[in-house]
Amino acid sequence: MDFGFLQDDRYDLVGAFWMTVQLSFWSALGSLLLGTLLTALRVSPVPVMRAASTAYVSIVRNIPLTVVMFAMSQVLYTTLGLKLAGRGAGAAGAQQFLSDQFFRLAVLGLVLYTSTFVSEALRSGINTVPVGQAEAARAIGLTFTQILGLVILPQAFRAVIAPLGSVLIALIKNTTVASAIGVAEASALMSGMLENESDKFTAVFLVFAIGFVLFTLPTGLLFGWLAKKGAVKR
Amino acid sequence: MQFRRVIPSLAGALAVALALTACGSDAATTVSSASSAVTSAASSAMSEASSEVTSMASEVSSAATSAVGTVDPSTSTLLTKAAGGTLTIGIKFDQPGLGLQNPDGSFTGFDVDVATYVAKALGVPESGITFVQTKSAEREDAIINGTVDYIVATYSITDTRKEKVNFAGPYFVAHQDLLVKADSDITGPEAMSGRILCSVTNSTSAQKVQEKYAADVALQQASTYTECVENLLAGTVEAVTTDDVILAGFAAQYPGELKLVGTGFSDEKYGIGLTKGDAGGTAAINAAITAMIADGSWAAALDTNVGPSGYTIPEPPTVG
Repeated sequence: MDFGFLQDDRYDLVGAFWMTVQLSFWSALGSLLLGTLLTALRVSPVPVMRAASTAYVSIVRNIPLTVVMFAMSQVLYTTLGLKLAGRGAGAAGAQQFLSDQFFRLAVLGLVLYTSTFVSEALRSGINTVPVGQAEAARAIGLTFTQILGLVILPQAFRAVIAPLGSVLIALIKNTTVASAIGVAEASALMSGMLENESDKFTAVFLVFAIGFVLFTLPTGLLFGWLAKKGAVKR
Repeated sequence: MQFRRVIPSLAGALAVALALTACGSDAATTVSSASSAVTSAASSAMSEASSEVTSMASEVSSAATSAVGTVDPSTSTLLTKAAGGTLTIGIKFDQPGLGLQNPDGSFTGFDVDVATYVAKALGVPESGITFVQTKSAEREDAIINGTVDYIVATYSITDTRKEKVNFAGPYFVAHQDLLVKADSDITGPEAMSGRILCSVTNSTSAQKVQEKYAADVALQQASTYTECVENLLAGTVEAVTTDDVILAGFAAQYPGELKLVGTGFSDEKYGIGLTKGDAGGTAAINAAITAMIADGSWAAALDTNVGPSGYTIPEPPTVG
């Protein structure tokens, strides 16, 4: 197999995987925050909040990510004109605007989608905390936010480290969908290479398959180890 | 304790990765030594030349009059297959006017008409043809694996591709062009500097504009040309680029709103791809294309399929 294309200046392999890492990082951070918020709403004493969170999770979780991503680009940006970046002057400004705009749209789409899975994982974690703890916390006069933040969530998070790891792995692989709206991450580079180096199909495929495994495999091992370290002994 | 489990699994993963790369580099050396550019080019040229000589000899000896019947079928995989009365042909399923699958399962388009005409010339009736979809990235492998007998799918003849497949034709020459709003001041690819250009992700057309005309063009990539055209209508991009024959179809959908710039730059020669080294088959297909141009069905097929989009039917290309 000829791997000579890796030396070609046209292909920025490191840059493309770096883009995948950036997408994964910001989306993971955003999904964790939004997912926690959704879970808090889901268990809150206010019916409207519970209903809103349930509706959001059930709807968004069941929309294919490609459609969510398409909606970010075609509905939010093209049709509604939502701009997440400013367009600077000149040619550099236009290029910077495009890359920022679509990167942010992609992160937004990934956060909206992945947070539903984080929320569901976290909710299952809350179910592992004995109900007596919440009752005891309420008995000593803690408010809802205090009960959730001091008693329930810290234990819930420790119970769902492994499932959250699976969500993160899924997220890393889902970043490839961002290439559909033109973010220059690893899979976009892969299809570019396949277009130009159509005679090295298998070699290109192997490079990217191994590249992704190198990200996801250690992530899985790390989270498996963390889960054992963090588990609440009962 | 936990590390005892982590370390062996990591080591295992590493071993698998190493084994894979080892296979890769082994194969790489074998392949590259076997196909170092000069030897492979020379040997394939020789094999082509020799089979051409054989077919020419048979031509002379049989002294047949039909353009297609002149080649001895036994030297060509394609002709042997065609003699059996069936052919599998690769086309695009999603290009209006060129290769399109209709809701009822039938196929229309200029590529389809060319494919059918060539098959008939090879002695295969329309009922003996099976059309399969060959997407851009899959085309060489489909030919090499024998999934298809030949491909008529807006298949531009390039040097990289010639290393893996034989090309007959060209049967059509398209030109890359820009689609812009009717009131746009863009006059050509050079004017794209600092503007936003839309093309399908990683298409060679966008790369060409960037490399040859406007290095600082801002490229927006979409998954389909329909999406690009939506963006153009909404004003989020300033131009869309690909082959003019495809853009003409979109311009016709929005008369008065969109126009082709019309400064066709670069020639895209559409060829018919078939098995590498099949000189007999290539000659037979070339003869069929020449016949199609000569008897007027070439112009008629273009007129039916892309004529309605307002595309000016060009002069037929020189085959061979």
